[in-house]
Amino acid sequence: MKFGVVVFPGSNCDRDVAYVTRDLLHQPTRMVWHEETDIADLDVVVIPGGFSYGDYLRCGAIARFSPVMQRVVEHAKQGKYILGICNGFQVLTEAGLLPGALMRNRDLHFICDRVPIKVERTDLPWTQGYSTEQVITLPIAHGEGCYHADAETLAALEDQGQVLFRYQGDNPNGSVNNIAGICDRSGKILGMMPHPERASDSMLGATDGLKLFQGLLTAVVEKMSASAV
Amino acid sequence: MNRNYQARIYVTLRPSVLDPAGTAVQSGLKHMGFENVDRVRIGKYIELTLCAEDEKAATAQLDQMCDQLLANVVVENYRFELVEMATTIGASA
Repeated sequence: MKFGVVVFPGSNCDRDVAYVTRDLLHQPTRMVWHEETDIADLDVVVIPGGFSYGDYLRCGAIARFSPVMQRVVEHAKQGKYILGICNGFQVLTEAGLLPGALMRNRDLHFICDRVPIKVERTDLPWTQGYSTEQVITLPIAHGEGCYHADAETLAALEDQGQVLFRYQGDNPNGSVNNIAGICDRSGKILGMMPHPERASDSMLGATDGLKLFQGLLTAVVEKMSASAV
Repeated sequence: MNRNYQARIYVTLRPSVLDPAGTAVQSGLKHMGFENVDRVRIGKYIELTLCAEDEKAATAQLDQMCDQLLANVVVENYRFELVEMATTIGASA
């Protein structure tokens, strides 16, 4: 299972993600420069956190038009996996791969903290390593993480079970329905503000994020071996 | 012959979207003594020049720019003014 981590000018969590997939999960991983136009070799594309293109205009707005993002849209159409973390989540909403938008935090502050997150469903590869309604702790670090969607979109997200992660207890940034992470209808594209890659190595004091990557790996490997039979 | 236009683009938050920065600025204005201020909303102003065949073509291009990049229509509205400039672009010297 091959991972690609997209690197925009201003990405800063790219190597943290690659450390998890390459060094902790021992999966082939390559960095994908934003000007690349061939990513056909990848099974999973990760769009990491950071400040792509300086977050100019709006977070993720300019990244959307980079050459690699046209290929990421094709990757999505092929039903392959995409994970957008923090700025990556913002890029996915700007690109229209996920609904809604991420706005300035309610209290206007950049928040850097560890927060409790409730896992809403566990029948998707991303979350199958967790138990239903399990509350995990993940780091957040963002200034624009307030998820917004109109009432109709929000109702559709809830009805289809597309909300995978919710802030538990205090809502740190004002997101509607305490939303911390959502997937598309197929469940193949996940966007989340918390950083699972920063909670994957016990040396950093927390490992609740690792199960997300492990769950994905297990699901895809099972699927590959099933289709090989 | 192509004409040269200046566009003045205003991007504003949709009425249904909360604007915490606007609320903070409003509180600042009240501290200044302007108790009569209400509904502060912060948007963006962008100006650019473009060369197009006519006003209709320029408007169509600007709509595309705004819909796809300059505004996020999920949360923002936009409007623009077009002013034709004196010089032309693309004319042979």
